[in-house]
Amino acid sequence: MTTRRRASGGSRAGDRRADDLGRGSSDAIITVRDLQVEYKTTLGKVNALNGVSFDVPRGSVLGVVGESGSGKSVTARAIMQILERAGKITDGSIVFRRPADDRRESTQQEDELEAALDSSGEVDITRLKPTSDAMRAIRGSEIAMIFQEPMSSLNPVYTIGFQIQEAIRLHQNPDKKESWAQAIDMLDQVGMPNPARIADSYPHELSGGMRQRAMIAMALSCHPALLIADEPTTALDVTTEAQILALMRRLKEEIGMSILFITHSMGVVAQLCDEVIVMYQGRVVERASVEDIFYHPKHPYTRSLLRSIPRIGAAEHTPLEVIKGSVPDPYTKVSGCSFHPRCPDFIGDVCRTVIPPETLLPGAERHGVRCHLYDDERALAGSTTEASR
Amino acid sequence: MTETKQSTNPKRAIQDSSHSAEPREPAEGPLLEVRGLQKHFPIKGGAMRRVIGQVKAVDGVSLTVDRGETVAIVGESGCGKSTTGRTIIRLEEPTGGEVIFRHPELGPVHIEDADTKTLDKVRPKMQFIFQDPMASLDSRMTVGRVIAEPLVINKVLKGQALRDKVADLLTVVGLRPEHASRYPHAFSGGQRQRIGIARALALDPDLIICDEPVSALDVSVQAQVINLLEDLQERLGLTYLFISHDLSVVEHISDRVVVMYVGRVVEISDTKELYKRPLHPYTEALLGAVPQPDPRKLHVMEPLKGEVPSPANPPSGCYFHTRCKYAQQKCTDETPELREISSDRGGSAAGARRPRMVACHFAEELELTGAVVPSPDAFKAVETETSVQLKSGDLE
Repeated sequence: MTTRRRASGGSRAGDRRADDLGRGSSDAIITVRDLQVEYKTTLGKVNALNGVSFDVPRGSVLGVVGESGSGKSVTARAIMQILERAGKITDGSIVFRRPADDRRESTQQEDELEAALDSSGEVDITRLKPTSDAMRAIRGSEIAMIFQEPMSSLNPVYTIGFQIQEAIRLHQNPDKKESWAQAIDMLDQVGMPNPARIADSYPHELSGGMRQRAMIAMALSCHPALLIADEPTTALDVTTEAQILALMRRLKEEIGMSILFITHSMGVVAQLCDEVIVMYQGRVVERASVEDIFYHPKHPYTRSLLRSIPRIGAAEHTPLEVIKGSVPDPYTKVSGCSFHPRCPDFIGDVCRTVIPPETLLPGAERHGVRCHLYDDERALAGSTTEASR
Repeated sequence: MTETKQSTNPKRAIQDSSHSAEPREPAEGPLLEVRGLQKHFPIKGGAMRRVIGQVKAVDGVSLTVDRGETVAIVGESGCGKSTTGRTIIRLEEPTGGEVIFRHPELGPVHIEDADTKTLDKVRPKMQFIFQDPMASLDSRMTVGRVIAEPLVINKVLKGQALRDKVADLLTVVGLRPEHASRYPHAFSGGQRQRIGIARALALDPDLIICDEPVSALDVSVQAQVINLLEDLQERLGLTYLFISHDLSVVEHISDRVVVMYVGRVVEISDTKELYKRPLHPYTEALLGAVPQPDPRKLHVMEPLKGEVPSPANPPSGCYFHTRCKYAQQKCTDETPELREISSDRGGSAAGARRPRMVACHFAEELELTGAVVPSPDAFKAVETETSVQLKSGDLE
């Protein structure tokens, strides 16, 4: 199990380069390639995702950062196949690799999933119907998700214990007594004081932090291979946030959980993640290790974002650097690089007309950036990546 | 609460003869003084809906705000920081305590027992910026009307002069005069917050209470609004009471910080001192929990255990003793008073604006850790490594 930060880095640099051309390396739990999601609305089509590619390496935390409207949550929902009715995956693949040792008691849904898996234990989620048994077997069981606002994702009329038990009974153990005991054990594992009492309480009786723990317990109850956390700490106070982050870190280290962690807080990313993708307008503009994102950021957007956050200990009353303008509204299409109207390093027509392809920068660890400033380096390195759209 | 009221009847408020539009002498006293402010909400229950308890949302808060400075109130949700702000301008009726605001013409006015007439005169000088810019702007009024409303209600301007003033205000907050005819929905979150700021500025206030003005905004837009607030303060000589839970923002914007916990003030200090060396264990825990944007500076401190106690049923003694790792028997038995700490005991350094105050029995003995500061290399990474060289060679 890779536990420490970047314990898994370096050595695989070779096949990392290769994986950007193909279907992704086999030690990624999930490989997303060129994912496109479109929403049909009365005001027209909105391209929420315009070709998103990334991998979540097994046993590590991939952070997804970006401002509201950048497509972070849509990515998560596409993986879970829980897009709103208007949304549709139009292209791309999401290859989920089920851990080999993860054989479970066979239910009918599981059989369907087995059928969907190919010989190497891979399945392309985009090929499954959202309502298919195979997808249901994956959702909640193999890939679990926690949401930003725990109050609206918990059912107010059932006890916490019942709701956790429900997931266990559906996917794992239909026995009532045993699943209840398992539910209490899960609550204990996420650090809930007095889990037996909490299991008997209703969501409104708990504080925000406790509710989020209950959500995490529910998500973990079926021992998923991948946990997707969509801004789980945004609605919480700093002290509670620190508790949840400590819990996430423990999960990663103790059970080698792979986590896709969506957030807009650069602080949370620095504290928790191993690798980071930065999203803007439905595209991944930069992906790198957390160290590189903070110490060698390349994309003007990443750099601007880092400059605009207030940091403790910065010189007193110096104005924060701002990114001019605001995130364009989803109905307007920006030509070329979608960041060019706000970019401090705008270099002319090429930015306005050509969508930059991803450039892999030379170095031991994978560091990809979609920006014309680095076109020369791409030519030098000779690395080609997926075609620009 | 030993001080005597300067004037019990606001109608007899002392005339401030030295008033002028120029920056005033600091000698004239604080712009806002809050003494032992209380706001209790009754809990009703039973068949007769009788009062069966009290939620002590604000329980004896004292603070001063000097002209031209920014005082921040920080604390977790439910600590009473917003209620404090709302009670100060009497959006909520205070249960007890005093709020004294120094009006440029009326002199010190007791807000807590001011009558409607006096409040009408005082309130234009104390404005409020709300957290949610969507909820605080009437979606059926054009932006122009939203901003003009305070001027119309107070019969300050009308006709062309009013329209000019609105255009002026829009420009001041970085919008365009033609935006006046649009509706709030046509604006992004950051722009809406600018509209809220323009409305607050309409009556030339002295004090603006900002209740989490940037929490609902994206990081890049948050920086724009923070810079705007700082810029306006400099240009218009504004005073801010800045309510926030974001300790990084507070460090950036404030001169002094008031830390609240379950309705009480636990520490008041100059910002720099507070972040360098907190004197209350709760402040230490808060600072230690801030996620630093630096992967080389990971959380070192064990996160605070447990939950914030309910203000309806707070623990005995020091409210923080249930979660405090330094707690001793005395903390359970005795309520610590908010007291001044002398400079040789880690109190306010020379040149501090106001004395440092803390409500902890052991403030002098404890050696607490300040905020983790991101490594300077992390700053440099984004500052110095500019893409200028790349740019020059890349132009076609």
